[in-house]
Amino acid sequence: MSAANLLEVVDLNVAIDATRIVKNLSLELRAGEILGLVGASGSGKSMTALGIMRLLPPRASSTGIVRLNGDTLSSKPESQMQAIRGRDIGMVFQEPMSALNPLLRIGDQVAETVRLHRQATAAEAQAAARDALNLAGLQGEQGALDRFPYQLSGGERQRVAIAMAIVMSPRLLIADEPTTALDVVTQARVLLLLQELVRTRNMGLLLVTHDLAVLAQLADRVAVMHRGEIVEHATIAQILRQPRDAYSAALLAAAGLHPKRSRATRDAAPAILRVRGIVREYPRNRTSLWHRAAPMRAVDDVSLAVHAGETVGLVGESGSGKSSLLRVILALERPQAGKVSLLGEEFLSAKGATFRRLRRSIQAVFQDPYGSFDPKWTVEQLIGEPFFLLGSPPSAAERRHKVAAVLEQVGLAAGDASRLPRDFSGGERQRIAIARALITEPAVIAFDEAVSALDVLIREQVLKLLAELAERLKVSYLFVSHDLHVIRAIADRIYVMQEGRIVEEGNADAVFASPQHPYTRALIAASPGIPTRAPELPVNEAGT
Amino acid sequence: MSLETRNTSLIAGAAITGFFIAVAAIARFWTPFDPGVLSIADKLQPPNAQHWFGTDQLGRDVLSMIMVGAQTSVGVALLSVVIGAFVGVPLGLLAAARRGSTDEMVMRGNDLIFAFPALLLAILITAVFGPGAINAIIAIGIFNIPVFARVTRAGALQQWTRDYTLAARVAGKDPLRISGEHILPNLAGLLIVQGTIQFSLGVIAEAGLSYVGLSAQPPTPSWGRMLNEAQTLTALAPYLALFPGFAVLLFVLGLNLLGEGLRRRAGRTA
Repeated sequence: MSAANLLEVVDLNVAIDATRIVKNLSLELRAGEILGLVGASGSGKSMTALGIMRLLPPRASSTGIVRLNGDTLSSKPESQMQAIRGRDIGMVFQEPMSALNPLLRIGDQVAETVRLHRQATAAEAQAAARDALNLAGLQGEQGALDRFPYQLSGGERQRVAIAMAIVMSPRLLIADEPTTALDVVTQARVLLLLQELVRTRNMGLLLVTHDLAVLAQLADRVAVMHRGEIVEHATIAQILRQPRDAYSAALLAAAGLHPKRSRATRDAAPAILRVRGIVREYPRNRTSLWHRAAPMRAVDDVSLAVHAGETVGLVGESGSGKSSLLRVILALERPQAGKVSLLGEEFLSAKGATFRRLRRSIQAVFQDPYGSFDPKWTVEQLIGEPFFLLGSPPSAAERRHKVAAVLEQVGLAAGDASRLPRDFSGGERQRIAIARALITEPAVIAFDEAVSALDVLIREQVLKLLAELAERLKVSYLFVSHDLHVIRAIADRIYVMQEGRIVEEGNADAVFASPQHPYTRALIAASPGIPTRAPELPVNEAGT
Repeated sequence: MSLETRNTSLIAGAAITGFFIAVAAIARFWTPFDPGVLSIADKLQPPNAQHWFGTDQLGRDVLSMIMVGAQTSVGVALLSVVIGAFVGVPLGLLAAARRGSTDEMVMRGNDLIFAFPALLLAILITAVFGPGAINAIIAIGIFNIPVFARVTRAGALQQWTRDYTLAARVAGKDPLRISGEHILPNLAGLLIVQGTIQFSLGVIAEAGLSYVGLSAQPPTPSWGRMLNEAQTLTALAPYLALFPGFAVLLFVLGLNLLGEGLRRRAGRTA
């Protein structure tokens, strides 16, 4: 390419101890251009970003040449790199909370970056900080700069992080999964902001992500990384139309186009789970000695039903009350009002043997594949834990046999039973969680953001498995997620939840094709999507 | 493993602690001299080939007294840790599992005990039941209860935020059973470290109590009382204060090193 390259990386190699993480990686980026670096976790994309910044962890070493505007960074001493970071290269990280100092007001936080890099009075630095925060979309109404990070939402924190990255008008911005921790609506706003900044300031943006869908409407070019190497490097249009590399094709398929089951809605089938008028309130901290604060209503008069053999999606932003509702349905928390009936019987007020029988018919898979297993228990013990619900627990031999059978059902080996959860990857752990949910042969399984923590490719595999199991075992799912792609891929019927209320419900295809409620429309519009016009891909959805 | 990652405090702490426990065990069967036998003719001998640590004003062998004193020290400290852990850990688990008013009651009760200095409690118990090693164990043990309850509650609350407790509840288990089956095993490392620290505090507390005459009574030797008796003879026979003093110092140092080493190791694997 021409000499107009803003960033040039030639033969970058990064190794941790003796393991090579990044192998002979080369890329270029021009001013005003957005380059997406996409790959699964562990593909070396974050190490590439850190390698460019020369911020590698202590045991890592790197070789290769990094040039910024023709200026070779890789040979500069650390003191000069410190001046360049923040001034010439801005960086935004995935977790906005840990990137901010919890004890500094956000205005001071951004101003600090200014004063580190140029002579400025406190007032000048504050003014620059206000401009940057304004630009990042944190409107500078009075007192906005005086807030602390804990007073901000995730999206607002990420905006502060972006303000810190752009306050010195760097020529290059590196963003490492900047929206992964955010919900779809916030994600869309942050992505739009990044795009605007690049266009108006003629910056270069290196956007690192695992999700090709994030890049689809944003990036000019995409470099696909797999096992430390760039396997394909092309324009976004080219990748979306016709990926040349098999791995890119797999990523593309996983990002937007899930295997959609063609199951009809089963209103005719009996309702297995029926939820009526649930209200769940949480007490708020007192603000006055004399008055009790009005409780926070997380779930506000919600009713829904799951029929036999049906997959119901429950979608909404974080904080919309989905998880609270799910906990009530699972009888983990008591609602202030409302009823949950399972298989025609009242669940929440059931006692003793009836409760155990009903409890057995609804099982759950939780979000965090790392937190949802006791690290000291073997897989067999973990999967067998719900046997506790059986009146007469099976014998040891029977138990082992059943665990082995269910492990094979979820695509793991019977021999995995004696291993500990730490031996498994995130995707495998979610399979174990599914096995645990299946062991009591329930009628309904509730999933709380069960695939949100997984990479796109792994996510696709797990969703495929779930679709197969639903078909084979005739089990119903209640699938809670903030991710419309996931809901769309798996749900027959969906409920949309906003601020504790169900605002829209209906057949999944119908809701996606013509959303009625403005909130649903906003959610669908915000969801990053692969354009559906790609001719050779079997698209059966409309309305992205 | 490189030099800087090797856990020297764990090794040194375990060696010192092991040494004192071994000495206490040996003293049950054998000491160079019988520490109960007075021999006025041999009184106040400085350290020599026969009496390595010298003899006291009644002619008793100091080394033998320290060995038996180690028994008292280890016994009192260990049993008081056991009392503290057996009462405090279940209280902490209960408080974390039940939350709400149970939590408040347990923790405010803890505060009440915490507000009493251990020494005052020991004097109180002694005033009622009379002095002795058993009462020292009870006094120090009661002092240990709120420490264990707090550490357990804090650790348990953290464990309760993890999804595996939800999974266990979906498997039909009630919070108390989950506390026993899941939470407690995951707190084991934390509690072992705390136990070691309380052990070392117990050694100091026992020495303090016996110094003021509230622990093991004569003729059972104890380090604190040896220090007390040596006080009047400091000018004449300084070694009488030196050896029991060093014994307390070295043992507590060893236990602290062990606790620190265990904490570091737990931090690495967690």
